[in-house]
Amino acid sequence: MGELENLKGRNLLEPGDFTVAEQKALFDLADKIADSPGAYQDTAKGRLLAALFFEPSTRTRLSFESAMLRLGGQAIGFSEAQSSSAAKGESIADTVRTVGCYADLTVIRHPKEGSCRVAAQASDVPVINAGDGGHHHPTQTLTDLMTIRREKGRLDRLRVGLCGDLKFGRTVHSLIKAMSAYDGTGFYLISPEELRVPSYVIRDIEAGNGSTYVETRSLGGAIDRLDILYMTRVQRERFFNEEDYIRLKDSYILDAMKMRPARADMIVMHPLPRVNEIAAEVDKDPRAVYFKQAKNGMYVRMALISALLGEAQE
Amino acid sequence: MEVNEIENGIVIDHIKAGTGLKALSYLGIDTRTDTVALIMNAQSSKHGRKDIIKIENLLDIDLASLGLLDCGATVNYIEGGELVKKVKLALPERVTDVIKCKNPRCVTSVEPAIQHVFLLVDPETEEYRCEYCDETVRF
Repeated sequence: MGELENLKGRNLLEPGDFTVAEQKALFDLADKIADSPGAYQDTAKGRLLAALFFEPSTRTRLSFESAMLRLGGQAIGFSEAQSSSAAKGESIADTVRTVGCYADLTVIRHPKEGSCRVAAQASDVPVINAGDGGHHHPTQTLTDLMTIRREKGRLDRLRVGLCGDLKFGRTVHSLIKAMSAYDGTGFYLISPEELRVPSYVIRDIEAGNGSTYVETRSLGGAIDRLDILYMTRVQRERFFNEEDYIRLKDSYILDAMKMRPARADMIVMHPLPRVNEIAAEVDKDPRAVYFKQAKNGMYVRMALISALLGEAQE
Repeated sequence: MEVNEIENGIVIDHIKAGTGLKALSYLGIDTRTDTVALIMNAQSSKHGRKDIIKIENLLDIDLASLGLLDCGATVNYIEGGELVKKVKLALPERVTDVIKCKNPRCVTSVEPAIQHVFLLVDPETEEYRCEYCDETVRF
């Protein structure tokens, strides 16, 4: 059985749910879709995707809906908890179980960590985690990995700097977990003391395939060693205390001056949306690939939807 | 102190001195109906002092959670006055509904009728992680 066939009916809750070989098969398919999207326009014809967004999202929700529509399928759902039965006190399990009666695939974003696992336990159809609080965001990781593979030509032996909110940044946690599975990844974890990566993420690195890490407060001290700089936003919605947010929000701002010592082939990534952690002047730098990431995200979600529905061709 | 030997039941020996009462609560023993003897601070050649629990006419108890409290204890199964099985407790791989996850961001803080499940990460450090949010704890 092929790797893509293996994915039929599965859930994607965290990056470790798919093997490196399964990820590679997905990226190969996503590359093919990116090259000729029209060839896949009937892949999900007659199928329905439910997008349950209990937390606001522009990019991820539209990316999933675009992906499903471009595959010839249709999408239903809601974009905030207040317009769902959650406002009446319905449990996540009951909502997801009910939606599974209508749709072929459920995508869920919820502010509570582990909500996607509750959803998967209750669902008869595949569940995709589109972000569970500050925990994981595995489809952003697929997007990131696809972008790295396209830009750098490989996924092993890379030096990856992650900068900003490494404590609550779910995209960071998921990317570290995923990159740790590839040979010899070197992580530079750049954050304020209060926003260091949680211990379980450090354990993912230590359990990785020859991965190493350095924790530092200084972006300037690390930037010249990096193949990839992954910037993140300090997220207001993750703080219980507004004062802490205001004190930490501008810890790192990447501008043209700070980019000078970086290697000519380093790439700058960001899961978006950004606020002011990357100055607009960096957008013109050919090393800035964050808008390409957004496009890749749609293609890799098309590949993922096809595979989970059992409609992907190797 | 003398406590009669039991004919059928379980004797949990070598419990860390002073933790016997907590062990009883972890086992979920109903002290209103079950016949139980708790001996505290008994003499022990190995440890100086130990606690012992004797439970009569009850062989089916959940020992997984007791392993959390004291993985050095031993459990002796008695049938017809004879020792039929001896089990050394170990840290359980999976612990359900013994403690609640303290992470306020965890889904277990809002979802009704959910089990609180912790999985063993490392027997050396005795660390467990919440199945949902990965928050780590030591019991």
